[in-house]
Amino acid sequence: MTQIELRGVQKFFGAVQVIKDLNLAINDNEFIVLLGQSGCGKTTTLRAIAGLETIDQGDILIDGKPVQHLKAADRDIAMVFQSFSLYPHMNVYENIAFPLRATRKSRSEIDTEVRSVAKTLQITDLLGKKPSALSGGDMQRVAIGRALVRRPKAMLMDEPIGALDAKLREEMRAEIKRLHIKQGSTSIYVTHDQIEAMSLADRIVIMHEGVLQQVGTPDEVYSHPANLFVAQFVGSPVMNVAEAKVAEKASAASVTVGDATAGFEFPQALLSKLNGHAGGQLTLGIRPEGVLVRREATDGFLPVEAQIIEPLGSFDIVDLKVGSKMLRARTKSGFISGPGEKVYARIDPSQAHFFDAASGKSLGVRL
Amino acid sequence: MAAVRTSSEVAFNRAAIVAVLVVTIIFLAPIYWIASTAFKPRNLATTIPPTIVFQPEISPFVKLFTKRSQLRSPPTPEEYAAAPWWERVVFDGGEKIVRDGKGAVQWSGYPNRFMNSLIVAITSTVLAVGMGTFTAYGFSRFRVKGEADLLFFILSTRMLPPVVVAIPMFLMYRAVGLNDSHLGLIILYTAFNLSFSVWLMKGFIDEIPKEYEEAALVDGYTRMEAFFKIVLPEAATGIAATAVFCFITAWNEYAFALIMTNRRAQTAPPFIPSQVGSGLPDWTVIAAGTFLFLLPVAIFTFLLRNHLLRGMSFGAIRK
Repeated sequence: MTQIELRGVQKFFGAVQVIKDLNLAINDNEFIVLLGQSGCGKTTTLRAIAGLETIDQGDILIDGKPVQHLKAADRDIAMVFQSFSLYPHMNVYENIAFPLRATRKSRSEIDTEVRSVAKTLQITDLLGKKPSALSGGDMQRVAIGRALVRRPKAMLMDEPIGALDAKLREEMRAEIKRLHIKQGSTSIYVTHDQIEAMSLADRIVIMHEGVLQQVGTPDEVYSHPANLFVAQFVGSPVMNVAEAKVAEKASAASVTVGDATAGFEFPQALLSKLNGHAGGQLTLGIRPEGVLVRREATDGFLPVEAQIIEPLGSFDIVDLKVGSKMLRARTKSGFISGPGEKVYARIDPSQAHFFDAASGKSLGVRL
Repeated sequence: MAAVRTSSEVAFNRAAIVAVLVVTIIFLAPIYWIASTAFKPRNLATTIPPTIVFQPEISPFVKLFTKRSQLRSPPTPEEYAAAPWWERVVFDGGEKIVRDGKGAVQWSGYPNRFMNSLIVAITSTVLAVGMGTFTAYGFSRFRVKGEADLLFFILSTRMLPPVVVAIPMFLMYRAVGLNDSHLGLIILYTAFNLSFSVWLMKGFIDEIPKEYEEAALVDGYTRMEAFFKIVLPEAATGIAATAVFCFITAWNEYAFALIMTNRRAQTAPPFIPSQVGSGLPDWTVIAAGTFLFLLPVAIFTFLLRNHLLRGMSFGAIRK
């Protein structure tokens, strides 16, 4: 049972504030992913929890006890580094046994535990090898084994698969998830890869410039981004974002994108849900799958021109010209034959997001 | 499949091999000269042209390690016949062996000087490399105020020839009673080598990713334990290289040893030339002393050659 809580954590590097008033509660057995671009403070947060970095203000609590003044060694936390950091002068067995040797366990106990972890990770045949003789994936397994062997209160992982190639990354991602389900320990995982975050996390914590942007399940974060940053950071291909004007038109709402002459039709309920923001500066966000495309004129669809088509195998991403603005739509592969083709598009109101253009905050409109 | 080479490449390769051979011969010639002279009979040591082929003997070494006392009359044939072989070597035949304890064959000063060299060089190397490693670790891993200035200051101690301070050092040492003592030379050589050792070790420790120690810290070890269990083994290559250089510097130091010591703590370098003495010098004995003096450095370097040659990267960190 391990809960971790951050209360008002602040961290400065010289004059630069890298963590700004961070509050976060992590539940027992939860898999939390800290997601953000490089330099957003996610790794610093992780290192502060591990005890490798001091914090300037706030509290870090593990099971309700403040630990910010404890040394890393006394926090009973394990960490997997991006570089794996396997001790090069020790073989795999010694690497995994190393954390246990700090605990005064007997030789036979250590041996039993090392072999049991090696079995779980299927690296028993590697125990005699030196790290330099291992492949990237095996190094990572050993690094995870070294973290698991002590049965720590929590597992911290700093982009543990960031250094692997794409195929291996996918395999290891699944393996980490499997392992978490099997072993069940409170885990904090840092990454800049939103696909990793979506696939692994119980809850995703999105950070930007030291500020926490949103905490939520992958589905919440994807479907209801709290602001423009989250909306554009999560999801691939990236969400379309455009200035929009909303007007009332014949018992419906009309949303005009950029300087386009005609507007997309929305239910009238939009006007009341915008809550007076309708006249103000609005930003419309719509994911490519929320842009619906037809080849023949259909009621409620606006004529647009296809510009660039990116075939991605199972689907195509098509750039549609709406006024001077481009909207990217996701279509069946081969749906549009070539650039220049005239097609018809509309925005699915249930997938549209509206943001305050000045603050970037979501207006929470759900149609 | 054999590599295809053009004739000009073959010619270049051959020329390169010849050049390497010539350079090797030039470098090894003085060592051969010393080594061969150390095994020559005295009368062949100074022949012109030099004698290349000769019957090697160890009499120069016997003379190096022994000294003979004042003699009043040649030994009788019986005494000579009863004497052990090394005494016969020392007396070159014909001189009397005095066995009253005052004038017999005794150990020369060389073994003591050699031992002094070992004591001083090994102790000062251990101290300089040890302190240097700790200092370098501190500079490498922690934010030290004025780090660049301090490092420059440490290096600045090497910016003048050490001999410049020999006379003031001698006066100071005499005032505090450190002249002609092992401790005095050890302090001196440690101080010479320390700046060098700090700079060299800092380079090596900078190369060791700090994630290794961080991993050890998270794994439940203190920083000190992490230093000894992780950093030191990783820095072994650097420590070996630094130790070789410090040892050679301390082992070969001549000027300070000559000025600061005369008997008790004198090292081999000032002792060997002092044996030239008056009259006809026995070059074979000097060559024997020099030859033996070369051996520890050669052995030390040979033992550490793997460390010296091994690269720093082990491939266990992915950058």
